[in-house]
Amino acid sequence: MKFAVNKGWSNGRARSGVLQLGSCPFPIQTPALLLTTRKGLPAFISPDLLTSSLPSPDSHLLQFSPLHFLEGISPKTISNIGGLHQMLSLHQHIFAAVPRDSIIALPEHDSTNKYGASFQTPGGRLLIKPAEYVELVSSMKPDFWVTLADEVPAWVSDKRNRTSVDRTLRWLDDCLSLNKTGTTIFGSIVGGSSIEERHRCAQEVAQRNVSGYWIGGFGLGESMDERAALLTAVTDNLPEDMPRHVSGLGLPEEVLQGVAAGIDLFDSTYVYHLTLGGFALTFPLERNKGDNADYQLSDSGGDDMKINLKATIYRKDTSPIVESCNCFTCQNHTKAYLNHLFNVHEMLAQTLLEIHNTHQYLGFFCSIRKAIEEGKFEQFRRNFVESRRECLFAAASSD
Amino acid sequence: MALKFEVLGRFNRARAAQLTLPHYLCQTPLFMPVGTQGTIKGLTKNQLEEIGCQIILGNTYHLALRPTSELIDELGGLHKFMNWPRALLTDSGGFQMVSLLHLADITEKGVTFQSPVDGKPMLLTPEESIQIQNRIGADIIMALDDVVRTTITGPRIEEAMYRTLRWIDRCIAGIYVSEVWLNVICLGIYAIGGLAGGEDKDSFWRVVAQCTAALPEDKPRYVMGVGYPLDIVVCSALGADMYDCVYPTRTARFGTALVPEGVLKLKHQAMANDIRPIDPMCECMVCKNYTRAYIHCLVTKDAMGSQLLSYHNLYYMMKLSRDLHSSIVEGRFPEFVCKFLQTMFPKGDVPEWVCNAMEVAGIDISSCCREMRFDVDKSSTL
Repeated sequence: MKFAVNKGWSNGRARSGVLQLGSCPFPIQTPALLLTTRKGLPAFISPDLLTSSLPSPDSHLLQFSPLHFLEGISPKTISNIGGLHQMLSLHQHIFAAVPRDSIIALPEHDSTNKYGASFQTPGGRLLIKPAEYVELVSSMKPDFWVTLADEVPAWVSDKRNRTSVDRTLRWLDDCLSLNKTGTTIFGSIVGGSSIEERHRCAQEVAQRNVSGYWIGGFGLGESMDERAALLTAVTDNLPEDMPRHVSGLGLPEEVLQGVAAGIDLFDSTYVYHLTLGGFALTFPLERNKGDNADYQLSDSGGDDMKINLKATIYRKDTSPIVESCNCFTCQNHTKAYLNHLFNVHEMLAQTLLEIHNTHQYLGFFCSIRKAIEEGKFEQFRRNFVESRRECLFAAASSD
Repeated sequence: MALKFEVLGRFNRARAAQLTLPHYLCQTPLFMPVGTQGTIKGLTKNQLEEIGCQIILGNTYHLALRPTSELIDELGGLHKFMNWPRALLTDSGGFQMVSLLHLADITEKGVTFQSPVDGKPMLLTPEESIQIQNRIGADIIMALDDVVRTTITGPRIEEAMYRTLRWIDRCIAGIYVSEVWLNVICLGIYAIGGLAGGEDKDSFWRVVAQCTAALPEDKPRYVMGVGYPLDIVVCSALGADMYDCVYPTRTARFGTALVPEGVLKLKHQAMANDIRPIDPMCECMVCKNYTRAYIHCLVTKDAMGSQLLSYHNLYYMMKLSRDLHSSIVEGRFPEFVCKFLQTMFPKGDVPEWVCNAMEVAGIDISSCCREMRFDVDKSSTL
């Protein structure tokens, strides 16, 4: 794996960079989005559409949880097939293994103990130990994987939080020593909502022989306001030239917060949840004040960033979701058709919407990179947050 | 563009033909996937084109409820609404009569049944059915028929037959007087309906055989609700041309794949370690890229599992359609039928009804059968 920060393009802590990993022949520009998958494939976009309908190479970064595979297919069979890339027939994609995903592998800090980390999955509660985890990951051969962590929410006791840092460090060392395949490892950093613990954990992990850093324990109940300081407590203690990956920062504002703190890679379930709810992203990728004529849509549950395709106002709307959008869905289908598909609970609705939303969200990341390269990131972030605030204020005061 | 049906090749009763429709040039025999509500479970129009779908069936009953035929008409018809560039066929809404029969009241006027949306009574007359279908705008529309269960006997059947004929006349009178529509009805696709509803296979093939023998040669014969690949091969041998069924996509949602040997149940534990593709001979995207083991871990748990299986199953059905057409045109239909049966019944245990039907179709399948049967009364068929 090769990663380099583009010097001279940093805006404060925010930075743009280039990541090169084995499977993908094209370099990936950061900050970048990792697409959420279930068992390696998106929830609704079938693999042929993944390669044909989404921008390349932006859409080549995929995040998955090895825990998804604990039922139904054994590590040995995955090995026999030849690993994840072969099994999914996505040879040019980059797979990042992260145990936690915010949909079907949720960390269960109450049941985690000194032996292993506990997760709540559709199949029940799972306890996974470092050795089992390394075995699982070895059979899959992802492009990079993060070490097992004990993630705790913001409200646990100081003692529990300290224990989580100790455990995570111990498991990090276990994973490193058990790793026989020489694959790329990201060291996990936790610390809950304690600046000191975040600091301590980051410093410790920075001393280990890893290729990058995964920052966990966010998106588990902390407020956005307290998060900024916690993020910088971590990133300020990490070497400049190594990639930083965070999970649990899903919303656009949270991504901007992460970028401002110096994060390079994000996995987010934002697209998945929007899609399930029938919401289509419409945010203008070039943000212009006064461009948002859709404040009136607040009754339908939409706002300046998204529309609710289930709303009856779209029943006869023969325009695409976003006129200027190049995605398969906007090039081929209308809001009226999508409205109908959602109303009759047809799966095609979600397939088409996940394509569009992913396309839009990848576009958002592209705008972020452009803003950083133009030295205008702080302004970009400020504009974005302010116009969101204005829109919400307008919606609230129109009641 | 003239709407026509042109037979390109024959073997006894079996025919391969070209059916020219306003939106597409089709080749028969062909299978039509069912896109009940204006979509085929999770597959995009590009995928359906890749698979080779020629005509898709839309269900008038469902579309009239949501989003309503008036809305579809206002937005330019179902083709435009779905953005499906090839052909569409809508049924009359008649099949729902059988499904909802305990709520339905059938009179000479039409059929009254309870709306599942708000419980109010709905009346479907032959004229109204045509009006709704006109608004939807399919290439082929169906006349409303008085469908009775195939298992009943007695005077009700005769009543239903004559009523259906009267209704067909009312349907013809009720359509738009424009060249396009007149051509469709004059083309007259003869739909053999009322089957695929629980009758035994022996009666099933005999009815198809009688109908195809009695109907004019120069128009297509559509057997509704069929079905299983074996049934399609038999009916094609007997002279039918078009088929529709929810089976391939429905069975995909239960984790079952269609293969030349029959079916493959991906849910079974044995699949968990099987790293072969579903069908090593299949050229579809799913079989070229995925193992049974991976699909096994998806099915019944992740929507992606049923999407991939639907893709494969429809590909299988369209390949079967293409093979039927080309084997008849190229004069090797009996060889194709024998190979099909040998693969599906390697022990030679071809069901009796298939043997009897093939005998009437004039196809020698003795090489596939363990023993020949001569004790069948075929005097009741032509």
